Amino acid sequence: MCLAIPGKIVEIASDNPTSALVDVVGMRRRVDLGLLQEDMPVCGDWVLIHVGFAMSKISEADAVDQMRMLEMLGEAEAAEQEVRGYGLEETPDNAGVVSLESFEGRK
Amino acid sequence: MKYVDEFRDPQLITRAAEEIRRLADPNRHYRLMEVCGGHTHAIYRFGLKDVLPPNIELIHGPGCPVCVLPMGRIDDALSVAAQPDVIFAAFGDMMRVPGTNGSPLEHKARGMDVRIVYSPTDAIKLAKMNPQKHVLFFAIGFETTAPSTALTLMRARSEGLRNFSVFCNHVTIIPAIRAILDSPDMRLDGFIGPGHVSTVIGCRPYEWIAKNERKPIVVCGFEPLDLLQSIVMLLTQLQKGEAKVENQYRRVVPWEGNPAALRAMAATFQLRPYFEWRGLGFISQSALRIREEYAEWDSEQRFQIPGIRVTDPKAAQCGEVLKGVLKPAQCKLFGKECTPENPVGALMVSSEGSCAAYYNYEHRKSAMVRITSAA
Repeated sequence: MCLAIPGKIVEIASDNPTSALVDVVGMRRRVDLGLLQEDMPVCGDWVLIHVGFAMSKISEADAVDQMRMLEMLGEAEAAEQEVRGYGLEETPDNAGVVSLESFEGRK
Repeated sequence: MKYVDEFRDPQLITRAAEEIRRLADPNRHYRLMEVCGGHTHAIYRFGLKDVLPPNIELIHGPGCPVCVLPMGRIDDALSVAAQPDVIFAAFGDMMRVPGTNGSPLEHKARGMDVRIVYSPTDAIKLAKMNPQKHVLFFAIGFETTAPSTALTLMRARSEGLRNFSVFCNHVTIIPAIRAILDSPDMRLDGFIGPGHVSTVIGCRPYEWIAKNERKPIVVCGFEPLDLLQSIVMLLTQLQKGEAKVENQYRRVVPWEGNPAALRAMAATFQLRPYFEWRGLGFISQSALRIREEYAEWDSEQRFQIPGIRVTDPKAAQCGEVLKGVLKPAQCKLFGKECTPENPVGALMVSSEGSCAAYYNYEHRKSAMVRITSAA
């Protein structure tokens, strides 16, 4: 929950300017830009993501450092799991079973 | 030597460590508190203690939201979720946190509908996918997470979503720091300020710590070098007899914070008169409740809440550890009855809790020793 995950904005929804498609180490998920309304990012910008919301804009160099730091902290896998889970992607039938089981398997 | 290559710049780390040894007065004992659980995790993981001179002591603060949540809050939320047609949704971090009758995961094994979500907006999605059920989202976190919950509440209201509510456990960091400073058995020389909380609240809310309490505070990033640089900055202030708020994490933290996030919080939350913190007791105006305008999406206003209060097991000394009076290993249960696999106290549950961090990393030969001896 307390992870800050770097991602690159690859697309902003045309019908909803606060919904962006973000690339996090090859995974693409929808992320909310509603907390950056003061200084809206554009395509190609890097952001730090926290529980599905972009929290701050960062430089590409800082994004690379942040990803490496997550690896050093042993949190890269948890970060990947978090991002993969955005949009309930792992539970298309809304059973919630897949992610719970994979979570249990991780402990 | 694995870690050595991973660090951004081992030479800079060695230099920062030398600078710390140069600045630290050998006749003085320094007690510096890192407020944030993420810092605690990083400090243990990187073995920072091993490059610090013995007279610099790092005290682990209250900044792990899972750790400071009283068990009664989990029991309260689970009692609502025990009603028919209620889905309990929470972040993965909450799933193994023990309630009186077991964790959410154990309740799931007994038939409760418990789901992990990775974002509060997904709890909304869950509600839309299950119109015949009510989704209770168990919200937890400091100011880093609260704005996301705030926007989620605003969205639920604007969409007129009827089968969704938030069980709000959001807490605020400043009153906790104040409580620690007011605690008679606590003597601190300075603070390593939280990084991601400060992206939201900025640096101004810490000014009283410098002005009124005459303690330096440095808002800090999460890399080993960030932490060492912040300690250099704190020692520099202490050497000069100064007490200022400084921002070491400028690449991410703006001095004024995030106004959009603060506005969303102000629109949806108000301060509770008081809230119980595990280990610290009741602290006035230290937590957020949902405003009247959003009552329909507030689990506590919508459901009967038993208001369960649970005292921690007597043998567990979470409170003393949380206040930095005891080191994790000095607790009688540490590593025996209480382990990350079978946590008794909350500090053992979260990887950001000081007991779990200590348990997981302290016994290893630290990366820092390897770096500094290799350099």
